[in-house]
Amino acid sequence: MSLILKDVSITPKGGPALFAPLSLTILAGQIGAVMGPSGVGKSTLLAAIAGHLPQGFALTGQIILNGARVNDTAAQMRRIGLMFQDALLFPHLSLADNLAFGLPAQIKGAAARAAAVAQALAAAGLAGMGARDPATLSGGERARAALMRSLLAEPLAILLDEPFSKLDTALRGEIRAFAFDHIRARAIPALIVTHDDSDAMAANGPVLRLTGQSG
Amino acid sequence: MRQALPEKILRAGVLAAGAIVLLAPIAAGLWHSMGAALGHVPALGSEGPSLGPLRDVASQPGFSTALRLTVVTGISATLLSLALAIALAAAITQGPARVVSRLLAPFLAMPHAAMAVGLAFVLAPSGWIARALAPVFGWARPPDLATVNDAFGAALILGLVIKETPFLLLIILTALTQIPLRAHISAGQSLGYGRGAIWAKVIVPQLWPLIRLPVSVVLIYNLSVIDMALILGPSNPPTAAVLIARLFSSPDLAQIMPASAGAIVLGLVAAASIAALAAGARALAYLGPIWLRRGGREAWMDMPFRAIAPMGAALLLLGAAAMVLLGLWSLAWRWPWPMLWPETLTVAAWASALQDFGPALHNTALIALASTAFSLTLAVAWLETQAKSGREALIYLPLLIPQISFLFGMNTLLLQLGAQGSMGAVIWAHVLFVFPYMMMALTGPWRRLDPRYGQAAASLGAGRIRQLWAVKLPLLLTPICAAVAIGLAVSVAQYLPTLFLGAGRIGTLTTEAVTLASSSDRRITGVVTSLQAALPLAAYAGAFIIPKLAHRNRSALQGAAA
Repeated sequence: MSLILKDVSITPKGGPALFAPLSLTILAGQIGAVMGPSGVGKSTLLAAIAGHLPQGFALTGQIILNGARVNDTAAQMRRIGLMFQDALLFPHLSLADNLAFGLPAQIKGAAARAAAVAQALAAAGLAGMGARDPATLSGGERARAALMRSLLAEPLAILLDEPFSKLDTALRGEIRAFAFDHIRARAIPALIVTHDDSDAMAANGPVLRLTGQSG
Repeated sequence: MRQALPEKILRAGVLAAGAIVLLAPIAAGLWHSMGAALGHVPALGSEGPSLGPLRDVASQPGFSTALRLTVVTGISATLLSLALAIALAAAITQGPARVVSRLLAPFLAMPHAAMAVGLAFVLAPSGWIARALAPVFGWARPPDLATVNDAFGAALILGLVIKETPFLLLIILTALTQIPLRAHISAGQSLGYGRGAIWAKVIVPQLWPLIRLPVSVVLIYNLSVIDMALILGPSNPPTAAVLIARLFSSPDLAQIMPASAGAIVLGLVAAASIAALAAGARALAYLGPIWLRRGGREAWMDMPFRAIAPMGAALLLLGAAAMVLLGLWSLAWRWPWPMLWPETLTVAAWASALQDFGPALHNTALIALASTAFSLTLAVAWLETQAKSGREALIYLPLLIPQISFLFGMNTLLLQLGAQGSMGAVIWAHVLFVFPYMMMALTGPWRRLDPRYGQAAASLGAGRIRQLWAVKLPLLLTPICAAVAIGLAVSVAQYLPTLFLGAGRIGTLTTEAVTLASSSDRRITGVVTSLQAALPLAAYAGAFIIPKLAHRNRSALQGAAA
């Protein structure tokens, strides 16, 4: 399993490319990192890989997941998980229902699904909190729950968009270790966008530094 | 390109549906009205073009007075409502704005006709005010004063102001959430300006671009209103819209031509008024900075703001009294002059009216539900597929042209399609007005919803339909419920579309209420108007309660009130 970016660049309509064409190969169980100052287009890159290229932008180059080009595949068909800076748990659903949303429909039967959700909650240290309103969770709990929701969907690769930047430093290392351990256990390629060197160091995978086209 | 093509087809399809539903009837309607105005009605054996119909309508007794009345009442009601709404907004935002905006709901829900009837009950020589004053002045019988249907249109202006001020106030309170109000007021105060001057120099100029469209909609409405003008306005001559509507419903079919000519003239007057409003705003935008640069602190400006707000509150109180009186008259049995309270209360009028007006109630509910359901579907499809663009302004076109200027022509179109006078035709005509109001309520919340919720769902494998059903619609439940309530209220209040497109054969509570308003039986009128008001009031209550229940354990969604 691998996620390969080949000469990928993003160009806003009528403007110069956000960054020079970049290439990166991430193997299963590896966590790659894209670093760079804010505003350089890191989040746009991740959105493009996940299939959410904003209107008015064009993508050039190839995105290859497990040997198949996915440039034109709809976001929901790509099976690329995406974790945001804000955990983005759906505020209208309970914590358990948020996880159930990610659980593939192939797992049938209310009892089996509930068990899978409960197991994921327990793995995230959130055992017994399934009925909670996501708004009442702490930042760390939200981040762990969002990661679990992403992993329950059985992604073939996972992208992390500065997922730890809103957490305070003490919590940061702990949540990061939690997230990276779970991702490595899945043996899927992962790509994190960050401007924090300690994130890239902990990722311990290929690192790419983005600089703007015209500074 | 697996995804791009169907997306394009979907987008074009929704755009085409919007154009056919909204613009086709207006284009065809204006075309037919224009033809008839120039004497071209082949069905009546009349071939144009000729200026005869224009001469005919101009020579109608009182036509120029009617036009003048229309312009005076329409423009003064609009400017008064705007001034009151701004002053009330300035006063409210110092205090509990959210609580006050909840109190506006009944005013927004109230159909114009019901409010007009209720106001007549308060203002008429035999109404509540006169009864309260009777002991003071020793009136043994109702005084001989034209307090309603006065020749100047004062009662009509009052009615329009009471109905439109809450609407504009709500629009302003919504727009203010996009302006850092508190920060700007603190900044102004630290520079030595009072609240009045800050509002006039800093807040209102930022506010205007956000409320220009609703103010224009109110202006057009006020210039072309029929039901309220029939109930509260002068009668001889009436306002231009009423005079033209009378010509249209004349048994002499040839009157269609002068009526159409009048409708086109009213359309031109409306367009000129909109242009005047825009020109006035532009002049103020030019003069304002010159005034501002002089740096005067204008402390006296706090005064008018402080003085106008209580006037607005008093008018709203008058409106509340009107609503109460509707219900009271529907329950009154004996209520002799000059008593303030009925001598006996009974539900007899309700029992008999529910039988007599059952079909009207059924029609009202059916038309409101159908036009709202259709409009909601179209609105969701539109917001899901169309990017924000200048095209969106076309959605509001039906609200920016006087109804009477194109509805009769639309009727001609439906006659050619063989659907004239059908329930479908009436529902279609209602959609023209329900859809834009629902879009007004939905567009902001829809476009503000964090797009990453949809993306997060997609990244978890949810397709387009599931993203919509499982994530977006529930997250937007509060504005959707509010939009549905608005849609139902707009439909229930429609008078002319029901009258014209139903060819007089489809009666609703609104058409019945307008007919009854000129009768002498206040009890039955009270029942029908109470019933007419009850439907949208129930819808507003539902819009308030349903999201509360659905999201009772979701604190992140509790703050998102309509």
